[in-house]
Amino acid sequence: MSCACKNPFNHDLATENTPMVNVQIDGEWVQVPKGMNIVAAAERFSKFIPHYCYHPKLSVVGNCRMCLVEMGTPKMDANRQPILAADGKPEIGWMPRPQIGCATQVSEGMGIRTNSPLVQECRKGVMEFLLINHPLDCPICDQAGECKLQEYSFEHGQSNSRFIEEKVTKPKNVDIGERIVLDDERCIMCSRCIRFSKEFAQDDVLGFTQRGSHTTLAVYPGKRLDNNYSLNTVDICPVGALTSKDFRFKMRVWFLKETKSICTGCSTGCNVLIGSRESEVHRLTPRENEEVNSLWMCDQGRLGFHEIHDENRLTTPLIHGVKSDWNTAITQLAHQLQGFKPEQIAIIASARMTNEELFLLSGLRKALGGESILCDIISRTGVADGILRSADLNPNTHGAQLLGIANSGKLEEIRSGVTKGSIQALLIFNETPGEAGISLESLKKTALVVNLGMRLNGLAHYNLPSSSFAEKRGTMINGKGRLQRLNRALSAPGQSRDDWEIIRDLKAAVGGGNGIHTVEEAFKAMANVVPAFKDLTIHKVGDLGIDLTLSNSLV
Amino acid sequence: MAIAETRLIFKHIDSPGYTNDIDCYLKNGGYSTLRKAITMKTAEIITEVKTSGLRGRGGAGFPTGVKWGFIDPTKNTKPVYLICNADESEPGTFKDRQIIHKDPHQLIEGMIISCFANNVKLAYLYIRGEFPEGAKILERACNEARAKNFLGKNILGTGYDLEIYIHRGAGAYICGEETGLIESLEGKRAYPRIKPPYFPAVLGLYMSPTIVNNVETLCNIIHVLQMGGANFAKLGKPNNTGTRVLCVSGDVVKPGYYEFEVGALTLGQLIYEVCGGIKNGKKLKAIIPGGSSAKVLKAGERYKIKQKQADGTMIDVDLALEDIPMDFDTMAAVGSMAGSGGVIVMDETRSMPECLANISEFYAHESCGQCTPCREGSLWMKKITTRIRDGKATVEDVGVLKNVADNIAGRTICAFGEACSWPVQSFVTKFKEEFETVAGNGAKK
Repeated sequence: MSCACKNPFNHDLATENTPMVNVQIDGEWVQVPKGMNIVAAAERFSKFIPHYCYHPKLSVVGNCRMCLVEMGTPKMDANRQPILAADGKPEIGWMPRPQIGCATQVSEGMGIRTNSPLVQECRKGVMEFLLINHPLDCPICDQAGECKLQEYSFEHGQSNSRFIEEKVTKPKNVDIGERIVLDDERCIMCSRCIRFSKEFAQDDVLGFTQRGSHTTLAVYPGKRLDNNYSLNTVDICPVGALTSKDFRFKMRVWFLKETKSICTGCSTGCNVLIGSRESEVHRLTPRENEEVNSLWMCDQGRLGFHEIHDENRLTTPLIHGVKSDWNTAITQLAHQLQGFKPEQIAIIASARMTNEELFLLSGLRKALGGESILCDIISRTGVADGILRSADLNPNTHGAQLLGIANSGKLEEIRSGVTKGSIQALLIFNETPGEAGISLESLKKTALVVNLGMRLNGLAHYNLPSSSFAEKRGTMINGKGRLQRLNRALSAPGQSRDDWEIIRDLKAAVGGGNGIHTVEEAFKAMANVVPAFKDLTIHKVGDLGIDLTLSNSLV
Repeated sequence: MAIAETRLIFKHIDSPGYTNDIDCYLKNGGYSTLRKAITMKTAEIITEVKTSGLRGRGGAGFPTGVKWGFIDPTKNTKPVYLICNADESEPGTFKDRQIIHKDPHQLIEGMIISCFANNVKLAYLYIRGEFPEGAKILERACNEARAKNFLGKNILGTGYDLEIYIHRGAGAYICGEETGLIESLEGKRAYPRIKPPYFPAVLGLYMSPTIVNNVETLCNIIHVLQMGGANFAKLGKPNNTGTRVLCVSGDVVKPGYYEFEVGALTLGQLIYEVCGGIKNGKKLKAIIPGGSSAKVLKAGERYKIKQKQADGTMIDVDLALEDIPMDFDTMAAVGSMAGSGGVIVMDETRSMPECLANISEFYAHESCGQCTPCREGSLWMKKITTRIRDGKATVEDVGVLKNVADNIAGRTICAFGEACSWPVQSFVTKFKEEFETVAGNGAKK
């Protein structure tokens, strides 16, 4: 399986069947794929060549000059054969001038010096040039802590400044898009954002105006940087020139705990880092996974986390609108449910739930009467953008189908059953009746309405607070059949509990315990009965997921 | 007694009654070389150019035949483009302008022959925005040539088609850098391209093989074919063949343009015999020999260099400034360059800090801003040189200035890095004492 998106370039990945060449890096002979650029090749051997403008997924422009290295090619004899040194390796004729690593492709017998005195001097020079007109407002800059200017200054810069002239001034606090603010004084003109917008987002709205030291990044007159991938420019901006309106001035990045998880905004399942501090999520950033989202994610998915901190979020179990406790709620609800015939019960679940939750839900359904209980999900369809966003806006449709929760056409039957009054007990998991197309009048007539989720349902007899995607662990299967993992970044607020725990307890109260005490055990129980998960564990899913179409022949 | 000029390129320029229309050009034998060229095999023409030893007249002095040789029309699936670089912007250089204004058909004929030789069907003439009159003249010349079937479809019945488009720049020095020019021609900012991989011969205009030649170079093609490459090579010196148009400006009695065989005269002869010496009886202080980006030469300097003799042997020579022959190799050997042929002469009353501040201001204004060292360094150098000129600096500033230049040269995308730092490096090194004295003048007051 390949990445959902198509990168214009993949400089860091060698294509299949690329021959290897022998290259000397800092005196050591190693083998690297022919034609790879020096920065990417050296990185394979833990030789980090600092760079600003180079980005492995964008075109190479070579403008920052930070990756200058010494480079040489084999000395040739009269017959155009390499002259060999005593060790049998080619003698290298070093070029007098430093070369940029990003645009220089490795070839047989090439020599590279990544840290020679000349190279160090070049870096020191470039660092000084980049800083002379930089505002040095690090104390209030959002990039502080993850700024390449800071990082490389620390490693390659100097402590004193020789610059006593007046600095160039440029526009600050420029509103260039719905979600982006630009500070031109901080910009180092690396052009990553310009190339990203043009080459990846297909929205060529950024460019430079003016000349020389007065060069200014700007949006094309009358245009805005408003595309659904605009916030990726903030990620790839090596400095604090482009900042996210959503995140800026909110949190110092070094306080953020980063939790590896996935975005649940659509069935692509972009891999993300959840940046949280204590009980609050501050941002999502894309996490590299070449099989899914490469290094990117859409703005919609990135900003979807705010519902977690909705001030009206349901955080206490409610019975008939009155605050209760979990023990009472589960016991009473189980008792009430047992008073209905299976045909009178219906379940509306969500393909936003994890496999573990859906698996346990199918157990609850069995305990309450099995197949006679109508059960379905609410499908959500948007428009695939040809980049990352999928048409299926549910993150785990595959899982819901696999676990028997999604049953095509059943939602319609549930809807008419509720309207007719044949369904008297309606259990709604992480969805709303409105989205299911059930009218308030019908709902009012229904004897028992149970709502599990983050939002209050005023007509539900039971409101059971559960966890957001950032507060729980579990797995989902994306639109391409890749099993991926969510991880818990923070605790659920108030008395909210993980969905799987609530469902397990309800099932236990209805039909006896099942010995499941952890998500791992829920997965294990699921793997025992669902062939697609055979021999898998949550641990085996790993940070980058598993392609079930390959390993377990999921169709 | 003045040394006689050898006028090839400027043969008709300024001669009485010579006008820039096609009738006058034809009367003087114009387009006869084109008629000859179209009877030749293209490979023959290229061989003649290679044999001639002609080197590019734009500034870098790259052998034209070798440049053409990088294009292999038989291997190309893409069209080959030829671009005439008429973005003459190097301060102190005003030769191409004369050709364009006074003998445009010489350029058009040279271009057509060069295009024919390289199987080019579409050529561009990129003229700087500050030459509006020149652009009009060239447009008219192209129309005249088209009317006479020297240009357009089925040229002179050969079946060969060629179109030339005149494209005006918008006022940027960097458009004279060939890959910046190509970007500009494609409608983008004139950001020079990285080389590798974007060598014009391989990935030039519209990612197709492209030849970029200077105005004077293309005019020379006519004379190479007229005389034959071997005869052309007899002009000048080995590896420095043909003639060169020198543009002399500054403190001489008779500034202007002069055409000589390459290396046929020395700097001293040029200034004292051809140009009538230094104005107002003053003494020579310094010379910039090849456009403002060339390293300055100081009066009284002596140069110990190796010089190639006619028989190929090398001998050590010790030259005074005035004895330097005006050719590519010797200019390089004495640490400067023949460049664009713009010779700028400064007399003893000139303040070197003031001259450098002027040059640095130009380069700070013209840096395209694409790559870091030049973008930031060129303006920094301007600011320091301005302070030095104004006496608001210290001795330390002079050292910083030199070091800033050192951090630019050799580390940029294009040769502009050298263009802006070479003057600084050479001025500050050669006139260190003057810089240090002037720097602190203001502080002392």
